[in-house]
Amino acid sequence: MNPVNYVILSAVLFSIGAIGVLVRRNAIIVFMSVELMLNAANLAFVAFARINGILSGQVIAFFVMVVAAAEVVVGLAIIVQIFRTRRSVSIDEPNLLKH
Amino acid sequence: MNAAVQAGNVGETLVFWICAFFSVLGALGLIVSRKAVHSALWMALVMINLAILFVANSAPFLGMAQIVVYTGAVMMLFLFVLMMVGVDSSDSLIETIKGQRVAGILLGIGMGLLLVFGLGSALTNSTSVGLDAANGVDKGNVQGIAHLIFTDYLIPFEVTSALLITAALGAMVLAHRERWIPRLTQMQLSRARFAGSGHPGNLPNPGIYARHNAVDTPALLPDGSTTDLSIPGPLVARGGIRPVDHAEVDEVAAITDGGQS
Amino acid sequence: MNGTVALSAADLQQVTPATGIFTLIALLIALPLAGAAILLLGGRRTNRWGPYLGVLTVTGSAVLAIVMLVKLMSLPTGSRSIGQNLYQWVFAGSFKVNFAFQLDQLSIVFVLLITIVGTLIHIYSLGYMAHDVDRRKFFGYLNLFVAAMLILVLAGNYLLLYVGWEGVGLASYLLIGFWQYKPAAAAAAKKAFVINRVGDVGLSLAIMVMFVTFGTVNYSDVFGSASHASQGTLTAIGLLLLLAACGKSAQFPLQSWLLDAMEGPTPVSALIHAATMVTAGVYLIVRSNAIFDRAPWAAGMVIAIGIITMFMGAIIGSAKDDIKKSLAGSTMSQIGYMITAAGLGPIGYVFAIFHLLTHGVFKAGLFLGAGSVMHGMKDNVNMRMYGALRKVMVVTFITFGACYLSIIGIPPFSGFWSKDDIIHAAFERGTLIGVAGVLVAGITGFYMTRMVAMTFFGKARWEDDAHPHESPKVMTIPLVILGVGAVVLGMALLFWGNIKTWLEPVTGLTEAPTVIPDWAIMTISLACVLVGAAIAFVMYARRSVPTTAPRGSWLTRAAREELYGNEVNNTLVVRPSYYASRVLNWFDARAIDGFVNGLGGFTGAAGTRLRRMQTGFARSYALSMVGGAVLVILALVLVRL
Repeated sequence: MNPVNYVILSAVLFSIGAIGVLVRRNAIIVFMSVELMLNAANLAFVAFARINGILSGQVIAFFVMVVAAAEVVVGLAIIVQIFRTRRSVSIDEPNLLKH
Repeated sequence: MNAAVQAGNVGETLVFWICAFFSVLGALGLIVSRKAVHSALWMALVMINLAILFVANSAPFLGMAQIVVYTGAVMMLFLFVLMMVGVDSSDSLIETIKGQRVAGILLGIGMGLLLVFGLGSALTNSTSVGLDAANGVDKGNVQGIAHLIFTDYLIPFEVTSALLITAALGAMVLAHRERWIPRLTQMQLSRARFAGSGHPGNLPNPGIYARHNAVDTPALLPDGSTTDLSIPGPLVARGGIRPVDHAEVDEVAAITDGGQS
Repeated sequence: MNGTVALSAADLQQVTPATGIFTLIALLIALPLAGAAILLLGGRRTNRWGPYLGVLTVTGSAVLAIVMLVKLMSLPTGSRSIGQNLYQWVFAGSFKVNFAFQLDQLSIVFVLLITIVGTLIHIYSLGYMAHDVDRRKFFGYLNLFVAAMLILVLAGNYLLLYVGWEGVGLASYLLIGFWQYKPAAAAAAKKAFVINRVGDVGLSLAIMVMFVTFGTVNYSDVFGSASHASQGTLTAIGLLLLLAACGKSAQFPLQSWLLDAMEGPTPVSALIHAATMVTAGVYLIVRSNAIFDRAPWAAGMVIAIGIITMFMGAIIGSAKDDIKKSLAGSTMSQIGYMITAAGLGPIGYVFAIFHLLTHGVFKAGLFLGAGSVMHGMKDNVNMRMYGALRKVMVVTFITFGACYLSIIGIPPFSGFWSKDDIIHAAFERGTLIGVAGVLVAGITGFYMTRMVAMTFFGKARWEDDAHPHESPKVMTIPLVILGVGAVVLGMALLFWGNIKTWLEPVTGLTEAPTVIPDWAIMTISLACVLVGAAIAFVMYARRSVPTTAPRGSWLTRAAREELYGNEVNNTLVVRPSYYASRVLNWFDARAIDGFVNGLGGFTGAAGTRLRRMQTGFARSYALSMVGGAVLVILALVLVRL
């Protein structure tokens, strides 16, 4: 079993996640796509840890998980807040960046 | 050693292909589902499969953490938020930004192809060292990771703890809603109820008759009279009150009286 | 022709440090300066007593100056040059300048002229400006002027002199434009300021050349080493100093500002534009005698300028109907005399200063008399509207008459002695110069008699609502003092004060024989004056004066136009620079602005197009981010291949 397969799988998942971020408008789904990309990265880390025989890759993946958890907490709080004020979770809605 | 790798190969290859199939399926499902709840379920599928792959990659600790943290905590959080914003909030799949969908898909596929091609060509001839040796140093995967975290990665680890606390506080601040008026006490509430000219207690229930217990029928009071108070306001406004046949009321009274006497 | 250039006496006289009363030299300046500061910074709360304070400070300076004069006279001849160094002012490499004053025989006579005439004019102004709302400001400016003028004459080096030079220019500007709500006054102030700038450039260049040549700008050092400098350098310095003198003293070709400067209040015309500031050019040339003595060509230019201006001023003064402008023409002409005398060299310096002093007194008297007349005539300056005022303004008439007799040079009035000496000196140098002096003396007789006749004699041609009356005491008393000065000052200076020997240590004095005997020169010039006066008297006192000016001959018309000085300026300077500005403006608008605006327009247009990329949709931004990532990966893959 060539460990490269894991890396290639992670690349595929990462690209699918990217497509999700670009195409979907529901902020929650976009968020889940971001999580998918992070997980794909984690898979790559783990695979590389195995290829190189060093545990550091797994430690980094662990840190990614922690940061992702923190990010989810804050991001979802923001989504809730946006929903409260605008009654919508479409990320096209707050194009206030333009003004 | 070589034999062990060979022996693990068949099982691992099987696991890989199954999990790879399901995780890609889940990922595609995630991005094509109209309803966010469905997306969340597809996501959970991806995560579980990834957890299995982690374990297969000699990372049992991460595999467990993946299941506990992601499929457990993070996905629950997602579902909670979905509940708050409305489960049925399905999004229309009509693209509003011109060219965004085509460009996004093309770019995504292009990136995927480039990554696969690049990584594949770079790693084809590489051999895997395997983590048996690394795990063996501290007599186990979890011990090995713990050793690294509390020595080489101590400062990043402490920083992530600060990050988590900050994130928790930030979420609290963001989700907090300021109360504009002081909360009413029970006494104040009851005072308010009796102060007005309204009906302080429960209104009579809709009428109860042998043939008509519909809401548009006036209720029968204990003294044998009827009252319009039981009719919902909109029906009163429309003039939809069903007239009461007092002969029937008397008949019922006679039957009950007769029955008792 | 006397060709010998005696070693200037100034080289011999040593500067001694100040002791005793002379340590108060700075106080001479500090008093009026403090007055100016209090009046100008104190604001309206000093309105009530401010003018009196202004008079007091100048009076204090005058008293101090008189005490110093007495003290200076008691010193031996060779040690009458007192230097006081306050502190080291400029210290830059080899360039060191002290904030130093120098009080010597030349300075003290100027200090006395400035402070005493200044005091009289301050007092006079109390009456003249009594009803002006900005009285306080006026006195503040006057004090500022006195302080600056004292710095100018007391400076111990050229750089400090320059400070005073600019200071009096500023005060002159402020006072000419004192009634700045009058457009003519505002324009005149600007004109005076700008034309003075031309002269100031000359002075600053002269100072720079001195520094380059001598490495110092101290009077004593510069004069002491003047003999080591080359002829060309000295001529250059001399000509630059002459340019400065022309600007400040309204000499040809920078003369045109002085007539316009008469827009200022009359006391200002008397103090600044007759008695003191305009004579600063003479002071500068006499002070720099060590340079002019060794630069005969520059000295020759000085004489030429002096003679030209002498004639111009006299001719203009003969034609103007405005009493102040006529007097201004006379001032130009008299300063022309002084400049000529200063250009004569050691035979003339003393007489230049002598005439400067007598002129300072009688011309101040004339201006103040004119102011008194105007005060009685509702500020009308047109002499054709005067006439027969001798009966209603007796004091003014008598003092004006004394000053008049003095300026035209009737013995024994003070103008006679000083002017006669200048004409003598001119004949010593060259007969032609002397003839010019005599001729202008005749014209002086003509225009001054014309002025007196039109103002005080003949029939009354007053406007209907004019009620001429004598001025208040506060104005007439200074007039009387100046009138007395105009009578006795010449004799006093010559016989009692012995001005020639007094100034000799500073300026040097040589006498040379003349071709024509002294009594003949005196007789001829007196005859010329009397002829001019008689013509004027017949023309303007015996015959009736029309209230509107007749067309007159071409010379009269030219003189009324100030000999076309303004037109020359316009043609030679104003219009070329106007067209040059137009061309530069066109270049600026088209080429430079075109480039700059084009750049701005390009940026703006690019921004307008790029702005469309900014949609505000987070997904669009994400798309471009992913596009960038793809490019990076592509680059990595390509590098790897």
